[in-house]
Amino acid sequence: MKARSIIVITLLLLLAGGTGWAALAPIHVASHDELFEIPQGTWARRMAGEKIEILPQTIRLTLGLNDVLLLRNKDDVPHIFGPTLIMPGQSFSLPFAQASTYTFQCTAHATGQLNVIVDPPPQSAWDRLRWRWRKLTNTAWRFAGLPYQHEHGGHG
Amino acid sequence: MRSNLTRLSYAAALLLSMLFASAPASASTGPALKAGVFNPPYMAPDFSLRGSDGSDVTLARYRGKVVLLAFGYTNCAAVCPTTLATLAQTRSGLGKAANAVQVVYVTVDPARDDAARMKHYLAAFDPSFVGATGTSDALAAVRKKYGITAVKQGGGSNYAMAHTSSIFLVDRAGKLRALMPFGHDAADFVHDVKLLLVQ
Repeated sequence: MKARSIIVITLLLLLAGGTGWAALAPIHVASHDELFEIPQGTWARRMAGEKIEILPQTIRLTLGLNDVLLLRNKDDVPHIFGPTLIMPGQSFSLPFAQASTYTFQCTAHATGQLNVIVDPPPQSAWDRLRWRWRKLTNTAWRFAGLPYQHEHGGHG
Repeated sequence: MRSNLTRLSYAAALLLSMLFASAPASASTGPALKAGVFNPPYMAPDFSLRGSDGSDVTLARYRGKVVLLAFGYTNCAAVCPTTLATLAQTRSGLGKAANAVQVVYVTVDPARDDAARMKHYLAAFDPSFVGATGTSDALAAVRKKYGITAVKQGGGSNYAMAHTSSIFLVDRAGKLRALMPFGHDAADFVHDVKLLLVQ
């Protein structure tokens, strides 16, 4: 019983410490890139009738942290990917310098457009906590091989 | 109790993951251009269209210059005037280096935009701008090469064309280097053109 209490208290302390750190510690990032890739064989799979969702309807970026949209075409044919046509083996790196909502025409989406919301850098503890949580869940989602998740949902 | 303990363990593990997922690291410098950059850059798809200056317009004709390639139409109410005014300011901001820059404006509305109309329209922004027009099929082929969309909206003679508003940056060797989305000001174009001119 005593050992169990120690475990619970330790876990609670870890939880509180981790949350406090995530809320208060300044955010540093290794890369500003938010990467989306068209995998090899995408065109062939689409031609075979498979519905493949790669680019979300709405992408959420944060100024100063992940504020470069990096699109990479690893397929064997050119693809309209977001705001432009990207050749096989080519990537397109689009930086954002202002917090705003951007709309691009994108034929890869049923609505014909791609939205990119660029948030200002997180200022408050709550903002930092939310940013870290979103980054973590997106990373976990991708690691699990699932489509990229965003608050606004919807995939083209 | 055991179930609660398990949940607490998961929560603690998740937060610890957050620590590692957001661990400090050195920041990257980011791309040098303000525009979106193609990597690797390939040769810009060439075309041959009827020019507003009376000659054939090809990209090959402008080798040695940086080409700012835009798509639009002269009846455009908001986007094209803003784009062309920005490009005119860009040339002004470049000073003597403007001689090494060519703006090419390809119409998405050949039914109304003939060479003479485009010349008159473009001269209001900058007489050096060259318009390009052609048959519907020829222009559609050019748009396809660049991934440009152009959709007719409305009927009668006052129809509009919803079109891609980004501007392509082609370097002096004819390579398609970058794409500047609509909304950037002349200072960003000046910055990028200067970089492309020295490369």
